[in-house]
Amino acid sequence: MVQKIQDTIDEESRPFWDGLKKNELMIQQCDDCAKHIFYPRSICPHCFSDNISWKQSNGRGAIYSYTTIHQAFGPFKDDVPFVAALVDLDEGVRMLTRIVGEREQIAINKRVKVTFHQLKDDLVLPYFELE
Amino acid sequence: MNSERVAAIVGVAESGLGKASGKNVLQLQAQAAKAALDDAGLTKDDVDALFTAGNWAWAPTLMLAEYLGINPKYTDSTNIGGSSFEAHVGHAAAGIKAGLFNVALITYGSTNRTNPINVSYSNPLTGQYERPFGLPGTVGSYALAAQRHMYEYGTTSEQLAEIAVATRKWASLNEKAYKREPIEISDVLNSRLIAEPLHLLDCCLVTDGGGAVIVASKEVASNLKKSPVWILGHGESQSHHTISNMPDLTVTSARESGAAAFEMAGVTHDEIDVAEIYDSFTITVLLTLESLGFCKPGEGGAFVSGQRTAPGGAFPMNTNGGGLSYCHPGMYGIFLLIEGVRQLRNECGERQVKDAEIALVHGTGGVLSSTSTVILGRD
Repeated sequence: MVQKIQDTIDEESRPFWDGLKKNELMIQQCDDCAKHIFYPRSICPHCFSDNISWKQSNGRGAIYSYTTIHQAFGPFKDDVPFVAALVDLDEGVRMLTRIVGEREQIAINKRVKVTFHQLKDDLVLPYFELE
Repeated sequence: MNSERVAAIVGVAESGLGKASGKNVLQLQAQAAKAALDDAGLTKDDVDALFTAGNWAWAPTLMLAEYLGINPKYTDSTNIGGSSFEAHVGHAAAGIKAGLFNVALITYGSTNRTNPINVSYSNPLTGQYERPFGLPGTVGSYALAAQRHMYEYGTTSEQLAEIAVATRKWASLNEKAYKREPIEISDVLNSRLIAEPLHLLDCCLVTDGGGAVIVASKEVASNLKKSPVWILGHGESQSHHTISNMPDLTVTSARESGAAAFEMAGVTHDEIDVAEIYDSFTITVLLTLESLGFCKPGEGGAFVSGQRTAPGGAFPMNTNGGGLSYCHPGMYGIFLLIEGVRQLRNECGERQVKDAEIALVHGTGGVLSSTSTVILGRD
Protein backbone atom coordinates (compact mmCIF):
# COMPACT_ATOMS: atom_id res chain seq x y z
CA MET A 1 0.00 0.00 0.00
CA VAL A 2 1.03 3.53 -0.59
CA GLN A 3 1.73 5.38 2.58
CA LYS A 4 0.43 8.90 2.43
CA ILE A 5 3.08 11.58 2.76
CA GLN A 6 0.83 13.20 5.33
CA ASP A 7 1.53 10.27 7.65
CA THR A 8 5.27 10.93 7.48
CA ILE A 9 5.23 14.67 8.03
CA ASP A 10 6.74 15.70 11.33
CA GLU A 11 7.95 18.86 13.02
CA GLU A 12 11.10 18.88 10.91
CA SER A 13 9.45 18.52 7.53
CA ARG A 14 6.13 20.32 8.05
CA PRO A 15 7.33 23.79 6.91
CA PHE A 16 8.46 22.24 3.59
CA TRP A 17 5.14 20.50 2.90
CA ASP A 18 3.03 23.42 4.19
CA GLY A 19 5.04 25.82 1.98
CA LEU A 20 4.24 23.79 -1.12
CA LYS A 21 0.52 24.16 -0.44
CA LYS A 22 1.06 27.94 -0.63
CA ASN A 23 3.15 27.50 -3.80
CA GLU A 24 6.35 28.33 -1.95
CA LEU A 25 9.47 26.15 -2.20
CA MET A 26 10.94 26.30 1.28
CA ILE A 27 14.55 25.32 1.98
CA GLN A 28 16.81 25.99 4.94
CA GLN A 29 19.90 28.08 5.57
CA CYS A 30 22.46 27.78 8.34
CA ASP A 31 22.67 30.97 10.40
CA ASP A 32 26.33 30.29 11.20
CA CYS A 33 28.00 29.07 7.99
CA ALA A 34 25.35 30.59 5.67
CA LYS A 35 25.15 27.48 3.51
CA HIS A 36 21.78 26.33 2.24
CA ILE A 37 20.39 22.99 3.30
CA PHE A 38 18.04 20.50 1.64
CA TYR A 39 16.39 18.23 2.70
CA PRO A 40 15.22 19.82 5.95
CA ARG A 41 17.00 18.89 9.15
CA SER A 42 17.67 20.18 12.61
CA ILE A 43 21.41 20.39 12.34
CA CYS A 44 23.64 21.83 9.63
CA PRO A 45 25.41 18.99 7.76
CA HIS A 46 28.21 21.41 6.87
CA CYS A 47 29.19 22.93 10.23
CA PHE A 48 26.95 21.07 12.72
CA SER A 49 25.34 24.26 13.92
CA ASP A 50 21.80 23.96 15.20
CA ASN A 51 20.93 27.53 14.26
CA ILE A 52 18.88 26.82 11.17
CA SER A 53 16.37 29.11 9.46
CA TRP A 54 13.75 28.49 6.80
CA LYS A 55 13.74 30.62 3.67
CA GLN A 56 11.92 30.60 0.38
CA SER A 57 13.92 29.43 -2.62
CA ASN A 58 13.66 31.48 -5.79
CA GLY A 59 12.59 28.21 -7.41
CA ARG A 60 15.14 28.40 -10.20
CA GLY A 61 18.03 26.19 -11.08
CA ALA A 62 19.60 23.89 -13.66
CA ILE A 63 19.25 20.22 -14.54
CA TYR A 64 22.16 18.19 -13.11
CA SER A 65 20.92 14.92 -14.59
CA TYR A 66 17.65 13.36 -15.75
CA THR A 67 16.20 10.07 -16.90
CA THR A 68 13.07 9.16 -18.78
CA ILE A 69 11.40 6.38 -16.85
CA HIS A 70 9.72 3.66 -18.93
CA GLN A 71 8.98 1.19 -16.15
CA ALA A 72 7.74 2.33 -12.76
CA PHE A 73 6.14 0.60 -9.85
CA GLY A 74 3.19 0.79 -7.51
CA PRO A 75 1.25 4.03 -7.67
CA PHE A 76 3.58 5.42 -10.36
CA LYS A 77 3.35 2.64 -12.93
CA ASP A 78 0.72 4.38 -15.06
CA ASP A 79 2.69 7.64 -15.14
CA VAL A 80 5.24 6.32 -17.65
CA PRO A 81 6.93 7.67 -19.57
CA PHE A 82 7.93 10.52 -17.28
CA VAL A 83 11.14 12.41 -16.63
CA ALA A 84 12.78 12.26 -13.21
CA ALA A 85 15.65 14.63 -12.60
CA LEU A 86 18.12 16.06 -10.16
CA VAL A 87 17.92 19.84 -10.15
CA ASP A 88 20.58 22.11 -8.66
CA LEU A 89 18.80 25.14 -7.23
CA ASP A 90 20.52 28.50 -7.52
CA GLU A 91 20.94 28.48 -3.73
CA GLY A 92 23.32 25.51 -4.08
CA VAL A 93 21.20 22.57 -3.02
CA ARG A 94 20.12 19.61 -5.14
CA MET A 95 16.71 17.96 -5.17
CA LEU A 96 15.08 15.01 -6.86
CA THR A 97 12.04 16.05 -8.88
CA ARG A 98 10.20 15.60 -12.14
CA ILE A 99 10.56 17.73 -15.25
CA VAL A 100 7.30 18.38 -17.05
CA GLY A 101 6.82 19.68 -20.59
CA GLU A 102 8.32 18.70 -23.93
CA ARG A 103 10.57 15.74 -23.25
CA GLU A 104 12.62 16.29 -26.40
CA GLN A 105 13.75 19.69 -25.14
CA ILE A 106 15.11 18.44 -21.82
CA ALA A 107 18.89 18.40 -21.44
CA ILE A 108 21.52 18.56 -18.74
CA ASN A 109 22.42 22.11 -17.66
CA LYS A 110 19.22 23.64 -19.07
CA ARG A 111 17.60 26.22 -16.83
CA VAL A 112 14.41 25.24 -15.06
CA LYS A 113 11.88 26.80 -12.72
CA VAL A 114 9.61 25.26 -10.16
CA THR A 115 5.98 24.50 -10.97
CA PHE A 116 3.63 23.30 -8.28
CA HIS A 117 1.82 20.08 -8.99
CA GLN A 118 -1.36 19.43 -7.02
CA LEU A 119 -2.00 15.76 -6.29
CA LYS A 120 -5.56 14.78 -5.49
CA ASP A 121 -5.00 14.07 -1.81
CA ASP A 122 -4.25 17.60 -0.61
CA LEU A 123 -0.57 17.24 -1.46
CA VAL A 124 1.52 19.55 -3.61
CA LEU A 125 4.80 18.44 -5.16
CA PRO A 126 7.50 20.73 -6.56
CA TYR A 127 8.00 19.75 -10.21
CA PHE A 128 10.15 21.79 -12.62
CA GLU A 129 9.72 23.01 -16.19
CA LEU A 130 12.15 24.51 -18.68
CA GLU A 131 12.47 28.28 -18.37
CA MET B 1 52.63 -7.47 -1.72
CA ASN B 2 53.61 -6.65 1.84
CA SER B 3 50.42 -7.35 3.74
CA GLU B 4 50.53 -9.16 7.03
CA ARG B 5 48.75 -12.52 6.67
CA VAL B 6 46.32 -12.53 9.57
CA ALA B 7 43.10 -13.97 8.17
CA ALA B 8 42.01 -15.97 5.17
CA ILE B 9 38.89 -17.13 3.40
CA VAL B 10 38.85 -20.89 3.83
CA GLY B 11 35.41 -21.95 2.62
CA VAL B 12 32.82 -20.74 0.11
CA ALA B 13 29.50 -22.01 -1.27
CA GLU B 14 26.26 -20.93 -2.89
CA SER B 15 22.75 -22.35 -2.58
CA GLY B 16 19.43 -22.11 -4.39
CA LEU B 17 20.65 -20.05 -7.32
CA GLY B 18 18.09 -18.92 -9.87
CA LYS B 19 14.67 -20.06 -8.68
CA ALA B 20 14.45 -21.70 -5.28
CA SER B 21 10.69 -22.22 -5.20
CA GLY B 22 9.28 -22.94 -1.78
CA LYS B 23 12.53 -22.29 0.05
CA ASN B 24 12.96 -19.52 2.61
CA VAL B 25 15.94 -17.28 3.33
CA LEU B 26 17.01 -19.17 6.46
CA GLN B 27 17.02 -22.47 4.56
CA LEU B 28 19.16 -20.98 1.78
CA GLN B 29 21.65 -19.59 4.30
CA ALA B 30 21.82 -22.87 6.22
CA GLN B 31 22.45 -24.85 3.04
CA ALA B 32 25.19 -22.46 1.95
CA ALA B 33 26.73 -22.41 5.45
CA LYS B 34 26.84 -26.20 5.62
CA ALA B 35 28.42 -26.47 2.18
CA ALA B 36 30.97 -23.72 2.93
CA LEU B 37 31.96 -25.39 6.22
CA ASP B 38 32.35 -28.69 4.35
CA ASP B 39 34.45 -26.88 1.76
CA ALA B 40 36.71 -25.61 4.56
CA GLY B 41 36.77 -28.85 6.53
CA LEU B 42 35.24 -27.17 9.57
CA THR B 43 32.05 -27.79 11.55
CA LYS B 44 29.44 -25.45 12.94
CA ASP B 45 30.98 -25.83 16.37
CA ASP B 46 34.14 -24.15 15.07
CA VAL B 47 32.17 -21.00 14.25
CA ASP B 48 32.55 -18.31 16.91
CA ALA B 49 31.46 -15.25 14.91
CA LEU B 50 28.40 -14.72 12.70
CA PHE B 51 27.86 -12.08 10.04
CA THR B 52 24.81 -11.54 7.87
CA ALA B 53 22.90 -8.77 6.15
CA GLY B 54 19.27 -8.78 5.14
CA ASN B 55 15.97 -7.10 5.78
CA TRP B 56 14.15 -10.34 6.60
CA ALA B 57 14.35 -9.91 10.40
CA TRP B 58 14.64 -7.07 12.88
CA ALA B 59 17.72 -8.73 14.38
CA PRO B 60 18.95 -11.10 11.68
CA THR B 61 21.98 -12.54 13.48
CA LEU B 62 19.78 -13.49 16.45
CA MET B 63 17.32 -15.36 14.27
CA LEU B 64 19.98 -16.98 12.11
CA ALA B 65 22.22 -18.13 14.97
CA GLU B 66 19.25 -19.79 16.66
CA TYR B 67 18.17 -21.46 13.41
CA LEU B 68 21.70 -22.76 12.77
CA GLY B 69 22.18 -23.86 16.37
CA ILE B 70 25.29 -21.84 17.02
CA ASN B 71 26.21 -19.47 19.85
CA PRO B 72 28.58 -16.89 18.41
CA LYS B 73 30.54 -14.65 20.74
CA TYR B 74 30.73 -11.95 18.09
CA THR B 75 28.06 -10.87 15.57
CA ASP B 76 27.76 -8.16 12.94
CA SER B 77 24.68 -7.49 10.84
CA THR B 78 26.01 -4.39 9.11
CA ASN B 79 23.71 -3.67 6.19
CA ILE B 80 25.06 -1.22 3.62
CA GLY B 81 23.36 -2.94 0.69
CA GLY B 82 25.13 -5.13 -1.82
CA SER B 83 28.60 -4.30 -0.53
CA SER B 84 27.77 -5.55 2.98
CA PHE B 85 29.62 -8.84 2.56
CA GLU B 86 32.90 -7.28 1.45
CA ALA B 87 32.57 -5.08 4.53
CA HIS B 88 31.91 -8.18 6.63
CA VAL B 89 35.14 -9.74 5.36
CA GLY B 90 37.00 -6.59 6.39
CA HIS B 91 35.30 -6.55 9.77
CA ALA B 92 36.04 -10.24 10.27
CA ALA B 93 39.71 -9.75 9.43
CA ALA B 94 39.87 -6.85 11.89
CA GLY B 95 38.17 -8.91 14.60
CA ILE B 96 40.56 -11.80 14.07
CA LYS B 97 43.51 -9.42 14.16
CA ALA B 98 42.20 -8.10 17.49
CA GLY B 99 42.02 -11.64 18.81
CA LEU B 100 38.27 -11.57 19.32
CA PHE B 101 37.40 -14.79 17.46
CA ASN B 102 38.88 -17.40 15.13
CA VAL B 103 36.23 -18.52 12.66
CA ALA B 104 33.63 -16.19 11.13
CA LEU B 105 30.66 -17.41 9.13
CA ILE B 106 29.28 -14.82 6.69
CA THR B 107 25.96 -15.65 5.01
CA TYR B 108 23.33 -14.22 2.73
CA GLY B 109 20.01 -15.57 1.50
CA SER B 110 17.26 -14.14 -0.69
CA THR B 111 14.09 -15.31 -2.40
CA ASN B 112 13.87 -12.12 -4.39
CA ARG B 113 12.53 -13.92 -7.48
CA THR B 114 10.05 -16.46 -6.17
CA ASN B 115 8.94 -14.76 -2.95
CA PRO B 116 10.05 -11.13 -2.85
CA ILE B 117 9.64 -9.12 0.31
CA ASN B 118 6.79 -6.70 -0.35
CA VAL B 119 7.90 -3.20 -1.13
CA SER B 120 5.44 -0.98 0.68
CA TYR B 121 6.14 2.33 -1.08
CA SER B 122 6.39 3.89 2.33
CA ASN B 123 8.17 7.19 2.76
CA PRO B 124 10.27 6.73 5.87
CA LEU B 125 12.12 9.74 7.24
CA THR B 126 14.32 11.14 4.49
CA GLY B 127 12.52 9.02 1.92
CA GLN B 128 9.64 11.52 1.98
CA TYR B 129 11.65 13.94 -0.17
CA GLU B 130 12.27 11.43 -2.96
CA ARG B 131 9.67 8.66 -3.03
CA PRO B 132 6.70 10.83 -4.09
CA PHE B 133 8.35 11.59 -7.44
CA GLY B 134 8.09 7.95 -8.54
CA LEU B 135 11.71 7.32 -9.47
CA PRO B 136 12.17 3.55 -9.41
CA GLY B 137 14.83 3.93 -6.74
CA THR B 138 17.60 1.66 -7.88
CA VAL B 139 17.52 1.58 -11.66
CA GLY B 140 16.40 5.21 -11.81
CA SER B 141 19.32 6.40 -9.72
CA TYR B 142 21.88 4.48 -11.78
CA ALA B 143 20.25 5.85 -14.93
CA LEU B 144 20.79 9.39 -13.61
CA ALA B 145 24.47 8.54 -13.10
CA ALA B 146 24.78 7.05 -16.59
CA GLN B 147 23.18 10.10 -18.18
CA ARG B 148 25.56 12.42 -16.34
CA HIS B 149 28.59 10.33 -17.32
CA MET B 150 27.51 10.44 -20.95
CA TYR B 151 27.09 14.21 -20.70
CA GLU B 152 30.50 14.80 -19.13
CA TYR B 153 32.57 12.31 -21.09
CA GLY B 154 30.67 11.27 -24.21
CA THR B 155 30.28 7.72 -22.96
CA THR B 156 27.95 5.74 -25.24
CA SER B 157 25.29 3.06 -24.85
CA GLU B 158 27.48 0.85 -27.04
CA GLN B 159 30.30 1.10 -24.49
CA LEU B 160 27.95 0.16 -21.65
CA ALA B 161 26.70 -2.75 -23.76
CA GLU B 162 30.28 -4.03 -24.13
CA ILE B 163 30.16 -4.87 -20.41
CA ALA B 164 26.91 -6.83 -20.68
CA VAL B 165 28.17 -8.77 -23.71
CA ALA B 166 31.54 -9.63 -22.14
CA THR B 167 29.89 -10.70 -18.90
CA ARG B 168 27.51 -12.99 -20.79
CA LYS B 169 30.51 -14.67 -22.44
CA TRP B 170 31.83 -15.57 -18.99
CA ALA B 171 28.35 -16.83 -18.01
CA SER B 172 28.33 -19.13 -21.04
CA LEU B 173 31.35 -20.85 -19.47
CA ASN B 174 29.63 -21.27 -16.09
CA GLU B 175 27.03 -24.01 -15.83
CA LYS B 176 25.57 -22.35 -12.72
CA ALA B 177 24.81 -19.11 -14.56
CA TYR B 178 21.14 -18.21 -15.00
CA LYS B 179 21.50 -16.65 -18.48
CA ARG B 180 24.02 -18.34 -20.77
CA GLU B 181 22.95 -17.77 -24.37
CA PRO B 182 25.34 -15.37 -26.14
CA ILE B 183 24.25 -11.79 -26.77
CA GLU B 184 25.64 -9.06 -29.00
CA ILE B 185 25.87 -5.33 -28.53
CA SER B 186 22.83 -4.85 -30.77
CA ASP B 187 20.80 -7.14 -28.49
CA VAL B 188 21.52 -4.85 -25.56
CA LEU B 189 20.71 -1.71 -27.53
CA ASN B 190 17.50 -3.25 -28.89
CA SER B 191 16.26 -4.47 -25.52
CA ARG B 192 13.54 -2.28 -24.09
CA LEU B 193 14.39 0.92 -22.25
CA ILE B 194 13.83 0.76 -18.50
CA ALA B 195 15.17 4.14 -17.40
CA GLU B 196 17.03 6.02 -20.11
CA PRO B 197 19.78 5.44 -21.04
CA LEU B 198 19.63 1.99 -19.42
CA HIS B 199 18.08 -0.90 -21.34
CA LEU B 200 16.82 -4.16 -19.91
CA LEU B 201 20.13 -5.88 -20.69
CA ASP B 202 22.06 -3.13 -18.87
CA CYS B 203 20.30 -4.32 -15.70
CA CYS B 204 21.07 -7.20 -13.38
CA LEU B 205 18.95 -10.31 -13.10
CA VAL B 206 16.35 -10.81 -10.40
CA THR B 207 16.95 -14.27 -8.93
CA ASP B 208 16.91 -16.20 -5.68
CA GLY B 209 20.11 -17.37 -4.08
CA GLY B 210 22.16 -17.87 -0.96
CA GLY B 211 25.85 -17.79 -0.23
CA ALA B 212 28.34 -18.35 2.58
CA VAL B 213 31.97 -17.43 3.18
CA ILE B 214 34.15 -18.69 6.03
CA VAL B 215 36.92 -16.41 7.31
CA ALA B 216 39.49 -17.96 9.66
CA SER B 217 42.57 -16.90 11.57
CA LYS B 218 46.01 -17.75 10.22
CA GLU B 219 46.37 -20.54 12.79
CA VAL B 220 43.10 -22.19 11.75
CA ALA B 221 43.57 -21.49 8.03
CA SER B 222 47.01 -23.04 7.88
CA ASN B 223 45.74 -26.48 8.90
CA LEU B 224 42.78 -27.04 6.60
CA LYS B 225 42.29 -29.24 3.58
CA LYS B 226 42.33 -26.43 1.01
CA SER B 227 44.89 -23.66 0.58
CA PRO B 228 43.94 -20.43 2.32
CA VAL B 229 42.98 -17.37 0.29
CA TRP B 230 44.51 -14.53 2.25
CA ILE B 231 42.75 -11.24 2.93
CA LEU B 232 45.57 -8.93 1.89
CA GLY B 233 43.71 -5.65 2.13
CA HIS B 234 40.27 -4.18 2.62
CA GLY B 235 38.63 -0.78 2.57
CA GLU B 236 35.14 0.56 3.10
CA SER B 237 33.51 3.89 2.37
CA GLN B 238 30.18 5.57 1.77
CA SER B 239 29.21 8.89 0.27
CA HIS B 240 25.43 9.27 0.60
CA HIS B 241 22.15 7.47 1.10
CA THR B 242 19.70 9.28 -1.19
CA ILE B 243 20.77 9.83 -4.79
CA SER B 244 20.18 13.59 -4.51
CA ASN B 245 22.97 13.69 -1.94
CA MET B 246 25.60 11.95 -4.07
CA PRO B 247 28.23 14.67 -4.48
CA ASP B 248 29.31 13.73 -8.03
CA LEU B 249 27.26 11.18 -9.97
CA THR B 250 30.34 10.05 -11.91
CA VAL B 251 32.58 9.24 -8.92
CA THR B 252 31.84 6.55 -6.34
CA SER B 253 33.40 6.03 -2.93
CA ALA B 254 35.38 3.20 -4.54
CA ARG B 255 37.98 5.94 -4.82
CA GLU B 256 38.40 5.78 -1.03
CA SER B 257 37.67 2.11 -0.33
CA GLY B 258 39.88 1.01 -3.22
CA ALA B 259 42.79 3.21 -2.19
CA ALA B 260 42.59 1.86 1.37
CA ALA B 261 42.53 -1.74 0.16
CA PHE B 262 45.43 -1.27 -2.25
CA GLU B 263 47.48 0.46 0.43
CA MET B 264 46.85 -2.23 3.03
CA ALA B 265 47.60 -5.02 0.54
CA GLY B 266 50.70 -3.29 -0.77
CA VAL B 267 49.86 -4.26 -4.35
CA THR B 268 49.51 -2.19 -7.51
CA HIS B 269 46.77 -2.21 -10.11
CA ASP B 270 49.04 -4.10 -12.52
CA GLU B 271 49.28 -6.98 -10.05
CA ILE B 272 45.53 -7.70 -10.07
CA ASP B 273 45.01 -10.88 -12.10
CA VAL B 274 41.23 -11.04 -11.90
CA ALA B 275 38.57 -8.52 -10.84
CA GLU B 276 35.11 -9.26 -9.48
CA ILE B 277 33.25 -5.95 -9.62
CA TYR B 278 29.65 -5.43 -8.58
CA ASP B 279 27.51 -5.19 -11.71
CA SER B 280 24.04 -4.24 -10.64
CA PHE B 281 24.01 -2.29 -13.89
CA THR B 282 26.56 -1.82 -16.66
CA ILE B 283 27.15 1.75 -15.49
CA THR B 284 28.03 0.48 -12.00
CA VAL B 285 31.04 -1.32 -13.45
CA LEU B 286 32.17 1.59 -15.59
CA LEU B 287 32.06 4.08 -12.70
CA THR B 288 33.78 1.61 -10.39
CA LEU B 289 36.68 0.92 -12.77
CA GLU B 290 37.33 4.65 -12.94
CA SER B 291 36.94 5.28 -9.22
CA LEU B 292 39.19 2.34 -8.35
CA GLY B 293 41.84 3.87 -10.61
CA PHE B 294 42.07 1.16 -13.29
CA CYS B 295 41.60 4.03 -15.73
CA LYS B 296 41.19 7.79 -15.52
CA PRO B 297 37.85 9.54 -14.96
CA GLY B 298 35.95 9.47 -18.25
CA GLU B 299 38.01 6.66 -19.75
CA GLY B 300 35.82 3.81 -18.52
CA GLY B 301 34.07 3.52 -21.88
CA ALA B 302 37.33 3.07 -23.75
CA PHE B 303 38.62 0.73 -21.04
CA VAL B 304 35.82 -1.81 -21.56
CA SER B 305 35.63 -1.45 -25.36
CA GLY B 306 36.77 -4.22 -27.70
CA GLN B 307 35.64 -6.86 -25.18
CA ARG B 308 38.68 -6.25 -22.96
CA THR B 309 36.83 -7.72 -19.95
CA ALA B 310 35.66 -10.89 -21.77
CA PRO B 311 37.30 -14.33 -21.64
CA GLY B 312 40.69 -13.99 -23.31
CA GLY B 313 40.66 -10.20 -22.84
CA ALA B 314 43.35 -8.15 -21.15
CA PHE B 315 41.24 -7.51 -18.02
CA PRO B 316 39.34 -10.62 -16.87
CA MET B 317 36.32 -9.37 -14.94
CA ASN B 318 33.17 -10.89 -13.44
CA THR B 319 34.27 -14.34 -14.42
CA ASN B 320 31.20 -16.18 -13.08
CA GLY B 321 28.88 -14.19 -15.34
CA GLY B 322 28.18 -11.48 -12.79
CA GLY B 323 24.96 -10.02 -11.52
CA LEU B 324 24.10 -9.38 -15.15
CA SER B 325 24.05 -13.06 -16.16
CA TYR B 326 24.93 -15.46 -13.30
CA CYS B 327 22.62 -14.46 -10.44
CA HIS B 328 21.46 -11.38 -8.58
CA PRO B 329 19.25 -11.96 -5.58
CA GLY B 330 19.21 -8.34 -4.38
CA MET B 331 22.47 -7.98 -2.46
CA TYR B 332 24.96 -9.70 -4.73
CA GLY B 333 28.23 -8.94 -2.92
CA ILE B 334 28.78 -12.37 -1.38
CA PHE B 335 28.89 -14.02 -4.80
CA LEU B 336 31.78 -11.77 -5.87
CA LEU B 337 33.80 -13.13 -2.94
CA ILE B 338 32.90 -16.72 -3.75
CA GLU B 339 34.07 -16.36 -7.34
CA GLY B 340 37.25 -14.50 -6.37
CA VAL B 341 38.20 -17.31 -4.00
CA ARG B 342 37.47 -20.01 -6.57
CA GLN B 343 39.61 -18.27 -9.16
CA LEU B 344 42.55 -18.10 -6.75
CA ARG B 345 42.05 -21.79 -5.89
CA ASN B 346 42.15 -22.70 -9.58
CA GLU B 347 38.69 -24.32 -9.32
CA CYS B 348 36.98 -22.61 -12.24
CA GLY B 349 37.41 -25.09 -15.09
CA GLU B 350 36.64 -23.56 -18.47
CA ARG B 351 36.43 -20.04 -17.09
CA GLN B 352 39.63 -20.25 -15.02
CA VAL B 353 41.92 -17.23 -15.37
CA LYS B 354 45.34 -18.79 -15.85
CA ASP B 355 47.80 -18.38 -12.98
CA ALA B 356 45.52 -16.03 -11.02
CA GLU B 357 47.33 -15.09 -7.82
CA ILE B 358 45.70 -11.83 -6.75
CA ALA B 359 42.01 -10.93 -7.04
CA LEU B 360 40.21 -7.68 -6.42
CA VAL B 361 36.64 -8.00 -5.16
CA HIS B 362 34.53 -4.87 -5.01
CA GLY B 363 30.98 -4.40 -3.75
CA THR B 364 28.67 -1.44 -4.32
CA GLY B 365 25.53 -0.94 -2.26
CA GLY B 366 22.41 1.18 -2.29
CA VAL B 367 22.23 3.78 -5.04
CA LEU B 368 26.01 3.98 -5.55
CA SER B 369 25.94 4.78 -1.84
CA SER B 370 28.43 2.41 -0.22
CA THR B 371 31.50 0.59 -1.44
CA SER B 372 33.78 -2.01 0.01
CA THR B 373 36.91 -3.41 -1.60
CA VAL B 374 38.77 -6.60 -0.70
CA ILE B 375 42.07 -7.74 -2.19
CA LEU B 376 42.71 -11.47 -1.95
CA GLY B 377 45.84 -13.47 -2.63
CA ARG B 378 47.03 -17.08 -2.58
CA ASP B 379 50.35 -18.46 -1.41
